[in-house]
Amino acid sequence: MSNNSCWEKLGPDQPQSQRTKMGKSEDKDRKNLGKKLKDVEISIPIVYGNIAFWLGKKASEYHSHKWTVYVRGSTNEELGQFIKRAVFQLHSSFNNPTRVVNSPPFELSESGWGEFEIAITIYFHSDICDKPLNLYHHLKLYPEDENSSMSTKKPVVVECYDEIVFPDPSEAFLARAQSHPAVNFPRLPAGLTLPPPIPVEDASKRRKGDTKDHSLCQWFMNFSEADELLQLAAARQQVQAHIAKLKRQINLIDGQHQQFKPSSDQ
Amino acid sequence: MDAKDILGLSKNSFPALEKKSRPHKESHRKPDGISREVYALTGGLPSLMPSIDASHLKKKPPSNEKITWQWLPFSSSARKDNLQLYHWVRIINGVPPTGDYSFAKYNKSVEIIKYTEEEYEKYLTDPMWTKEETDQLFDLCERFDLRFVVIADRFPSSRTVEELKDRYYSVCRAILIARAPSPGDVAAHPVVKEPYNVSQDIERKRALSMVLSQTRQQERRDEEVLIEAKRIAELRMPAKAVQESQLADASNPGAEVTERTIPGETASSPMVVSSTLTDNAAILASLRTLRVYLRTYALDQMVQSASSSAGLRTIKRVEQTLHDLGVNLKPRVPTKAVCTEHLELRKEILTLLNLQKQVQYKEAEGSSFRDGSYGESPGTPKDQPFIPEFMSFGGERVGKKDHKRKVHDIVYNYVILYYLFHSEGEPCAQQ
Repeated sequence: MSNNSCWEKLGPDQPQSQRTKMGKSEDKDRKNLGKKLKDVEISIPIVYGNIAFWLGKKASEYHSHKWTVYVRGSTNEELGQFIKRAVFQLHSSFNNPTRVVNSPPFELSESGWGEFEIAITIYFHSDICDKPLNLYHHLKLYPEDENSSMSTKKPVVVECYDEIVFPDPSEAFLARAQSHPAVNFPRLPAGLTLPPPIPVEDASKRRKGDTKDHSLCQWFMNFSEADELLQLAAARQQVQAHIAKLKRQINLIDGQHQQFKPSSDQ
Repeated sequence: MDAKDILGLSKNSFPALEKKSRPHKESHRKPDGISREVYALTGGLPSLMPSIDASHLKKKPPSNEKITWQWLPFSSSARKDNLQLYHWVRIINGVPPTGDYSFAKYNKSVEIIKYTEEEYEKYLTDPMWTKEETDQLFDLCERFDLRFVVIADRFPSSRTVEELKDRYYSVCRAILIARAPSPGDVAAHPVVKEPYNVSQDIERKRALSMVLSQTRQQERRDEEVLIEAKRIAELRMPAKAVQESQLADASNPGAEVTERTIPGETASSPMVVSSTLTDNAAILASLRTLRVYLRTYALDQMVQSASSSAGLRTIKRVEQTLHDLGVNLKPRVPTKAVCTEHLELRKEILTLLNLQKQVQYKEAEGSSFRDGSYGESPGTPKDQPFIPEFMSFGGERVGKKDHKRKVHDIVYNYVILYYLFHSEGEPCAQQ
């Protein structure tokens, strides 16, 4: 999935209406530059979930699995530019159940025997958003499929794709996000120019935060927007064909009614 | 439904009862002679019909009883003559039964009111009836126990059954009211409370004879008409709901404008449009105030708003259709484009379901119209005094006229049935 792709793929109506609306608010926005930008949204595609390994022979009663719960960029870009901290709320039976991760990668490894819901609270840098966002993930240790036996080689992987949406982002945020690979960057209204992109911190620091060479990255799932769109397009085509057929049928029935309609009734 | 429902017993009273009786479960033992499965059906309740144990029937009578059957004469108080009849009697230990014939008590006769000359002059004069005729009628009523068909047959002058009934009941009524110390004393009497209605009785018999003279084929058609009427009524409710929701959906920005096949509805649509617009705007506004949210959350809100006007069943059907199409109910990769497409697909499915209902409805209407020639019997009333309320629903361009005819037939059939089942307020209906 490429950045900036969403706007082109949208139906014709919505962007147009947004653009026309934008025309009105443009002047106002130019006056107070640095404030919020209306009708522009930035979204960060993320994947959150867990990978759990069965410990096999090393498994004890209370430590049968070693698991890692995480929030990563959907293309494994680092998220530290936007996310200040992630707080994982574990089951109360764990020592210090509230775990705070202050730097990327935002992940947490533990061992245990039970599945439970983990609340993940994401805090953003203050110039992006002062409100936190909650994610909920049900930790999965045992394979869904009854037939697949537990193995120490093949972990249980559960991941969810979602997008963090910031409506009306600040211009500072836009400036910071415009060249960042982890962000879906909106097409900006015509005439609006952003200050030149703030040079990103040195690559080595960024590399530290991304999950491209993550030890578990071979287990990461692929989320293909194209596949999803293809599937939806096929379904829509089918439904539309059906609609057309039904409309023809209605016309046919209407025609028959006309024939049966006796003149005496008129 | 189980035996408890049939017997109209409340279920609430049972848990407590059961709890109490659990320690002595043995008292609930099934009686002998009933198979376990049958007993289970009653839920442990006593059956409505007495169950006689088969072994009980085979049981030998006590040895000290000697039973014989004898051909004996008997007398009946029901007989005025002295006719001697015989019958077989069961005799125990040689003692014959005494007393009246056991069936004599069923010999009931009607008590016919007697009026005096004075009463007749005062209350009962009627230009259509002479005193002699009235006397004759009352004699025959007494003789034939109000069997009016027989009375009419024996009546010297030619009078219809209804005329005879009318005279008899109106005389009875007048006498009862005249003799009562106050009108309140006889108000509850059936003859007073529900006066005989000649025209209704005539109409009832006409309708009845018409139904009785129907061929089996006509009967079957009648049945079909009633079933269809029910189906049409049922179809209309959801079809209307879906049409409304579809209109609402069609007005969403970005939604494909669906062809409006319902011209009658267009008048109300602008209102729907604006309400949906504000709906969507409200969602966007509320999302904006969040400052940060998940794409899936936004999608959930949009899906909910799009289906808010549809019924629960329609929503279920949309989801079933999504499933049949192999599309995830919640997108696996909910990007903005995917969400937009997903919402579009849901809207199209709503449109599809609506069209399906329309086709179904039109087909039902069409088929009912095709055999609509039936019902134009000479007796069909030409002017319907009322228009059923479901007539006013959604103007069909073509169907309306057909529909009117259809409703006409249905109403006529109901009128017949009404007369059949609510015969009349005739008191002491014995004929």
